[in-house]
Amino acid sequence: MVTALLQTAGLTKRFGRVAALSEVSLRLDAGETVGVIGPNGAGKTTLFDCILGVLQPDAGSVSFEGTRIDRLPVFRRSLLGIGRTFQRLELFSGMTPREHLLVTERARGRQGALWKDVLGMGRPTPREKSEAADLLDLVGLADVADAPVESLSLGKSRLVELARALVGPPKLLLLDEPSSGLDDAERATLVSVLSRLGRRRDVAVVVVEHDLDLVSTLVERLVVFDVGRVIADGTVEAVLADTAVRRAYLGVGR
Amino acid sequence: MSLFLSYLLPGIPYGFAYALMAVGLVLTYRASGVFNLAFGAQAYVSAVIFSIALRDGWPGWAAFVVSVLLASPAIGLAMERLLFRYTRTAGPLVKLVPALGLLIAIPAVTQMIIGTATRLPSSLVLQPWKVYFHLASTPVSGEELSTTVISIAVIAAFGLVLRSSGLGLRMRAVVESPRMAELSGVRADRTSATAWVLSSLLAGLAGVLLAPLYSTVSASNFTALLVAAIAAAAIGSFTSLPITLIGAIGLGIAQQLLAGYLPSGTILSSGLRPAFPFVVLAIALVARKTLRQPEARDPLASCDPPAVAFRAPARMTEVAVGSRAFTALVVGMLVATILVLVPGNWEFVFTFGIVLSIIFLSITLLTGMGGQISLGQAAFAGAGAFTAGQLAMHSMPVLGAILLAGVLSAVLGAVVALPALRLGGIAVGLLTLSFALLATNVLFLYPWAGNGATGLTVPRPVLGPISFAGNGAFFWLSTVFLVVLAGAVKLVQWGTTGQELAALRGSERGSAAVGIDVRRLRVVAFTLSAAIAGIGGALYASLEQSVSVNDFNYEFSLIYVVAVAAVGVYSVAGAIEAGILYAVLMQLTSTLPSRYSSLLALVFALAALTYVRHSEGVVAYAKAWVLDRAEQLARYLQAPTLRPPAEPGAPGAPVGSETGRAESVDMHAAPRSHS
Repeated sequence: MVTALLQTAGLTKRFGRVAALSEVSLRLDAGETVGVIGPNGAGKTTLFDCILGVLQPDAGSVSFEGTRIDRLPVFRRSLLGIGRTFQRLELFSGMTPREHLLVTERARGRQGALWKDVLGMGRPTPREKSEAADLLDLVGLADVADAPVESLSLGKSRLVELARALVGPPKLLLLDEPSSGLDDAERATLVSVLSRLGRRRDVAVVVVEHDLDLVSTLVERLVVFDVGRVIADGTVEAVLADTAVRRAYLGVGR
Repeated sequence: MSLFLSYLLPGIPYGFAYALMAVGLVLTYRASGVFNLAFGAQAYVSAVIFSIALRDGWPGWAAFVVSVLLASPAIGLAMERLLFRYTRTAGPLVKLVPALGLLIAIPAVTQMIIGTATRLPSSLVLQPWKVYFHLASTPVSGEELSTTVISIAVIAAFGLVLRSSGLGLRMRAVVESPRMAELSGVRADRTSATAWVLSSLLAGLAGVLLAPLYSTVSASNFTALLVAAIAAAAIGSFTSLPITLIGAIGLGIAQQLLAGYLPSGTILSSGLRPAFPFVVLAIALVARKTLRQPEARDPLASCDPPAVAFRAPARMTEVAVGSRAFTALVVGMLVATILVLVPGNWEFVFTFGIVLSIIFLSITLLTGMGGQISLGQAAFAGAGAFTAGQLAMHSMPVLGAILLAGVLSAVLGAVVALPALRLGGIAVGLLTLSFALLATNVLFLYPWAGNGATGLTVPRPVLGPISFAGNGAFFWLSTVFLVVLAGAVKLVQWGTTGQELAALRGSERGSAAVGIDVRRLRVVAFTLSAAIAGIGGALYASLEQSVSVNDFNYEFSLIYVVAVAAVGVYSVAGAIEAGILYAVLMQLTSTLPSRYSSLLALVFALAALTYVRHSEGVVAYAKAWVLDRAEQLARYLQAPTLRPPAEPGAPGAPVGSETGRAESVDMHAAPRSHS
């Protein structure tokens, strides 16, 4: 059997008495695209936080390419090849989209050292600059590449986060509600970027999304969360036909 | 047993006074996210007004009404209305700098208007020094009794209001989420203003109650009161009022017990008692898990536009070249004047400014570039100065001693950074402040370190045949140091480390998610910054040729941050301008009568209040304004057909080239809206 790209086993996280995740075991293979849906508070963002290490789970394990990563700090997991966007934006205020990508390139390349900076060798290389420019083109932000991120709309800010998460490129991309706040044009860009990623067999994508129409055109597999548990997991058609899902998420069939 | 009680009981009134202010701190912190350090100054103002009113023969109740019920709440209301209501979504530095400025400015203004107050003649209700009864054979004076009784009554009333009134409910709602509260019809602004008024009232009351316990009414006593209150608030994780209360009383008692039981006459006993709250503060900050990620839980937080960060605008080539030429001209003229025309003591003043610039550079690196707040830079400078002094005393060449001082300060910086690693925002500032207080109250007093108030003598350096004993030669030496260090900081800023620091300043979580080792980066920033401060301190020691702990008092750490932030914290040029400006102003104000002695601090403190709107600093803002006009003029000259300059964002206006500037300049005025 092939080693899973990502495997969580018995992942549990409680906030006080509320179990945001209970006994979540998921397996994800390289290149898969998975949509994660569920009502607000179902534990979707908590799952991302536990995978990347922003939160420490109370129990359970997270493995990436066959090795346990649940004791590693966030940046180490990121360097293994996990890119992520945030539901609540975590942009580097004061920097431009281009600088976002350049600093990420440098961090991912692990080339930075203080002595190099002091000798004037810490500037981005031509290769890094062209990669950043390519990514900006890809997400359609070339025209605002050098404006401060504070001056961008929420939709464009989300695309900056998407581009930042794509630097590398990552083996696993975690997208937390990427379409919220996007206008039609930005949404079209998002769809085209994601469908292109979906065809790549070296990038697995997990997308948390409330927009069912959007998500069901993009992913092969849906995972449904409700109060911290996985209540359904399968192909899009199978999951949408599931009565338990309809009850929990769509509020029909009661 | 009665000995124990006689040590313990006098601590109780202190504890209650700490509690009053701590409750106010927690309340405003939770209602508006501002850690209002200016409560220390408000307590001072109330105490001064109270004592002067009584001296002038006012009846006690009238003095109380004016000082506690009017003065302090009025200051608090003004602060909320004019400053802090605009900082709700801003970062921790923007919330801190104006509060620091007020902590410095309010006592300075008070001193100028009223002069220094004498000892208080009376306590609030009872005869202060009359012993009313004995508790386990410990005499209980009217002062202690009235402080305790009034505090208990006020705190109980407060608890009742918060728990069971509509106001309390609204306040708790606003604390949780101002937007959500507004959507439910609560006027969040007014509620938070109420919190400020009530907290200020508590601070004023604490000041008046505590004043008779001090021998003089001086502002620094009330800063000590403030730090104790911060420690108590930290014990309560800046959230729990009951735990804060218990912590405050425990702190007051423990301080008196320490004073009683520690062997008298040693540095430990004379230093540890005042330093005790800082030790408690440091432990509480590191030990309380909830302080590590002070994070808004407001579910609607993302509706607010994010805090606007400053960004140096890109300029038209002509204007950029012109401004560079102008800068070179000014610097050249300045240097030429210093060399040729200026009398000897001004040469010294400019050298002092340059040395100070080096110390300020450490703040540019740590706070401006990395967003890490440090309120202890003077302690790092002091560590450098005393290291250089000790090494020079043991016959080490002074230049080598200065460099080694930087190394030792760097080590110290790394040591302080380690407990700060898991803290965020304001908590890092408080931790470094407690380090600075510990340094000036205990560490620097030992003979092997700073040798107390006597201090150390440090000779001017000699390098082979070149002696830097003369002021002129030393001026050049410090200029070389400044140029090398400023250049290094610039290179770091442009390099990977600088970009990663900028990312860290923007979002710590985002930085970690893109693979930046945030902990290592913070240690690097603290280490570098402390090294620069250490070298600056050592140069200062050699310039003055003698240094003592008074040169590196913790208050300087606060004034340094305020000065750099007021002038411009984001650029290397800002540090140098602040240093020179500070030295020149100090020289100009040195001949004024003593009641204007804090005029220098006041100038910077008032300038720091503009930080709310222009975090780039007053001088940087003025420069940008001038360059904007220059650019307009340049465009006008380039386009003789009187075509108006292209609007940013208009078709054909290339964003990111010269017109991209307008967006970053005007973004303070028009924050983007999320919808």
